[in-house]
Amino acid sequence: MLTEAEWQAILISLRVAGTAVGGILVPGVALAWLMARHEFRGKALLDGIVHLPLVLPPVVVGYLLLISLGRQGWLGQWLDAWFGVTLPFTWQGAAVAAGVMAFPLLVRAVRLSLEAVDVKLEAAASTLGANRWRVFFTITLPLALPGLLTGTVLAFARALSEFGATITFASNIPGETRTLPLALYTLIQTPGAEAAAARLCVLSIIIAMLSLLVSEWLARLARRRLRERDSQR
Amino acid sequence: MPDATSVTHFHANNGTALSLDVERRQGEFHLQASLTLPGKGVTALFGASGSGKTSLLRMIAGLDRPDSGTIRLGEKTLTDTRRGIQVPPHRRRLGVVFQEARLFPHYRVRGNLAYGLHPSMRSRVDAIVELLGIGHLLQRLPATLSGGEARRVAIGRALLTAPRLLLMDEPLTGLDGARKQELLHYIDQLARDIDIPIVYVSHDPHELTAIADHLVLLDQGQVRAEGRLDVLLNRFDLTEHLGGFDAASVIAARVEMHDIHYALTRLTLEDGQTLSVPRLDASPGQRLRLRIPVRDVALALTEPRDISYRNRLHAVIQRIEPLDGSRASVELGLSVSGQALRARLTRHALDEMGLDVGMPVVALIRSVAFETR
Repeated sequence: MLTEAEWQAILISLRVAGTAVGGILVPGVALAWLMARHEFRGKALLDGIVHLPLVLPPVVVGYLLLISLGRQGWLGQWLDAWFGVTLPFTWQGAAVAAGVMAFPLLVRAVRLSLEAVDVKLEAAASTLGANRWRVFFTITLPLALPGLLTGTVLAFARALSEFGATITFASNIPGETRTLPLALYTLIQTPGAEAAAARLCVLSIIIAMLSLLVSEWLARLARRRLRERDSQR
Repeated sequence: MPDATSVTHFHANNGTALSLDVERRQGEFHLQASLTLPGKGVTALFGASGSGKTSLLRMIAGLDRPDSGTIRLGEKTLTDTRRGIQVPPHRRRLGVVFQEARLFPHYRVRGNLAYGLHPSMRSRVDAIVELLGIGHLLQRLPATLSGGEARRVAIGRALLTAPRLLLMDEPLTGLDGARKQELLHYIDQLARDIDIPIVYVSHDPHELTAIADHLVLLDQGQVRAEGRLDVLLNRFDLTEHLGGFDAASVIAARVEMHDIHYALTRLTLEDGQTLSVPRLDASPGQRLRLRIPVRDVALALTEPRDISYRNRLHAVIQRIEPLDGSRASVELGLSVSGQALRARLTRHALDEMGLDVGMPVVALIRSVAFETR
């Protein structure tokens, strides 16, 4: 049903987006918690930096990644020297680009849902002998779960659709960094490939719809767990 | 209950007594308190809203820190700003019952109770669940509980952490009259059954006389008075804070018998004088506390024959003082069977009857005026 190139693009897309979201989940939640629960110097600045990818042209983000994480970049040289890791022109590099672009969406959604959790419940938990970690994992996180799920799906969708930063930083290499959007772009550039482009377009819509449905289903599940009416009543 | 003039055991050296000396500024508000609370019984932190009682409770719980000062529970220092000690709430082992119950919405009642369960309390879970009457609620989610039920679960949850002190922040707020009475009954039962000192924050004089043994009166961030409840209730200078128009005194009595025909309960005082009240749910021999509003006490020079007041106590006038803010009324301090009882009369009645300190009188008390512990 699907051509090999199409399968390849789908798999690369899922791998890149999955890695990106998996990579930003923990730092994203940690940062969201920090911003939701604490006041500190430079908070507004940090907030601005986190949101930059949302407002900058993706090409600019890709370029910034290239000059910092590229072979000649200060961070890239260090990664290469110590870990033998090269990011540009690899699918890992594409994942980094997608992760950076998706990060603000995740942090935003999680932060909002954390702020909605009543701090009085957290205080009550601490008087019951729970330390910060236990309070976070037994009270804060479960109550913020619907928002966390929404944020994760949003970030995943953003990572799937990432184009500008990816092509700038990781290039458009078939079988390595050619994700769905890049494959579609390539077909559009190719004369006579209109039909193939349309197929990819439909595929993209299907994948996006699926992830929305999954997110809706998960959020409903989480809400039901929270508000469940007692059957024994 | 010992006689009303002794205050010795209030500051008695006790292993779990709470002592604090704290200062905290919050905007315009300045709280400054130096106190030693007894290591047993119910101590009320009492005052109008904005008097600093909840701030004080939050500092004791470790949820806020004072600008300067110390808080100690028995031998253990919880806060010492000079030495940089601030034990976090989760290591203070204090049970806190908040105004709004604060049950965790995603745990069932059972999960809420188990949240802070201390291993030493495992064997007492059933007893506490029964004491609070929440056995049938264990599988329910907090959203399905009534206000009173939620408070009881919150109390149970705090108790099961094996706290060294139980802090209660206006736990009756928002409950209707009957639920209030019911929960008061549970708390009172608790105070007698378990050996944990309770600090009870309240602004309601009725709650105060119903369950407190000791009283700390806070006024605009300062400690106005502290001591045994029955002693402070008889300080005329505190009338304005302790109920004002509705001020009351408490006296202790023992249940003698029930009169089934008239549905009354007869109580006796130390010296054998008796009182009748609408039938109480208490067994003969039990000691009770009666709340007698000052306005429900009338005085007579001799025992009247043709009057509907059934309760007549022989008393001696100890003090007569003007009532702050009222030119028409005076406050009288009486001694009844070694206990202090207050009465409020008009100055006109006082002069016409020729009442004076040292005179024996008959105190007439309306039967319905009693409120019991």
